[in-house]
Amino acid sequence: MPTQKTIAATGNAVVAEALRQCSPDVMAAYPITPQTTIVEEFAGFVAKGRVHTEYVTTESEHSAMSACIGASAAGARVVTATSSQGLALMWEELHIASGMRLPIVMANANRALSAPINIHCDHSDIMGARDTGWIILFAETAQEAYDNTLMSMRIAENPEVLLPVMTCLDGFITTHSIDRVEIMDDESVADFVGEYTPVNALLDLENPVSHGNFAGLGGPFFEFKKAQREAIERSRKVITDVAAEYSVLSGRPFGMVETWGMEDADVAVVVIGSTAGNARHVARQLRADGVKAGVVKVRCFRPFPFAEIAEALSGVKAVAVLDRAESFGAEGGPLFLEVRSALYDSSERIPVVNYIYGLGGSDVRLELIETVFKDLSDIAAGEEAPAGLVYLGSR
Amino acid sequence: MSKWDISGMDSWTSADFPLGAVIPQAGNSCDYVTGGWRSNRPERNDEKCTQCLMCWIMCPDSAVVTEDEKVVSFKLKHCKGCGICAKVCPVDAIDMVPEGCDLPEVK
Repeated sequence: MPTQKTIAATGNAVVAEALRQCSPDVMAAYPITPQTTIVEEFAGFVAKGRVHTEYVTTESEHSAMSACIGASAAGARVVTATSSQGLALMWEELHIASGMRLPIVMANANRALSAPINIHCDHSDIMGARDTGWIILFAETAQEAYDNTLMSMRIAENPEVLLPVMTCLDGFITTHSIDRVEIMDDESVADFVGEYTPVNALLDLENPVSHGNFAGLGGPFFEFKKAQREAIERSRKVITDVAAEYSVLSGRPFGMVETWGMEDADVAVVVIGSTAGNARHVARQLRADGVKAGVVKVRCFRPFPFAEIAEALSGVKAVAVLDRAESFGAEGGPLFLEVRSALYDSSERIPVVNYIYGLGGSDVRLELIETVFKDLSDIAAGEEAPAGLVYLGSR
Repeated sequence: MSKWDISGMDSWTSADFPLGAVIPQAGNSCDYVTGGWRSNRPERNDEKCTQCLMCWIMCPDSAVVTEDEKVVSFKLKHCKGCGICAKVCPVDAIDMVPEGCDLPEVK
């Protein structure tokens, strides 16, 4: 069993530590708040010889992801990290990485997108990248960010999957707050992650291949997209299996959906990322007052855990979905659209209310979560659900 | 290495294609006929030609065919009609002739 030590560190520091423990061949990255300390820390590991990684400093995120794609096609184990505008600047390469089936691992520090300019947490950046073909994991805490990063490597490089994976952690809240984290020893991580055997490596001179080919009109483009869909569907089992193995090693389980109090909940909040802690805290207090409150945390957004969500929410009288991102003009935020769709096949007609919260890092106080549960209790008692989405805590 | 067999490609499913649109073999661009893109065809005047081989050196598609170090023809399966050979010929021995039509008014 691995030796684990408990340290006090920021989310970014432990993501950098996890990336170091995976011994990547190449990191190509560009700094951006609030991700910068990941690449800064990692560059320090390279400078001190604590990891033997080719560290490529690029002039933009567009170039960073391009370099990652080139390195990964060459056959390297490749990692990077970004945030917000940087992720947006990578947009076309995100599709290329997944389309070329390159198992790149990236951390994203969730941050609002301009305008107006804002450097604080929301999920606009990653939700804008939700359809790029990447597997997307979310962390609530620094511990989850560390765990997700290690598991990402195994999921991405699994021959049944071979897709890029992103681990998201909330900007400043998780990236910069010092948290209690259990870190595994290097050897156990190396054993868990294993050696990477690339498929179709450009540097395999015995078996020459060409990457980045054309599949135009009348060609097999459609079949390649179908293959991507099949791979991300296969990843569901791989994620579960990798998590089960990791859980035995670390003692920390991972669920695509993690529930609190859902065994008998009447009212439930569905949430992603750091706010899950606030929601659980409020739910716990409400339970003391006799309210059967529960929390559903989504830890894997792509592939989306439809069945798990439907199962977790079965029997609930009212559901609130908390979105830290807008989808202007849509019926609701990105998580709401997924959750309500997941419930469509259910025989129950559970009222689902959408709350947009915390955009641009606006504070998510406990009182705000209390108002959400209050609304849900009212709906469960037979009152009308609010029409349309609610901007939680707006003036 | 045996040749990559793509004869049944029209009926391949998503599971049959190589991962990520990779072409798992080198040098098979010979099989990709690009000559159909051509609108002008090179024609060489053997009397003017000095066999300097500038066209052979400069052709981006390696479509100038030589035998015993002499230009003999153009490989029209791959010549895209770019006209570089005609441009670089120091004695104007190559003319670009329109394809698909030999009516005088369009020449």
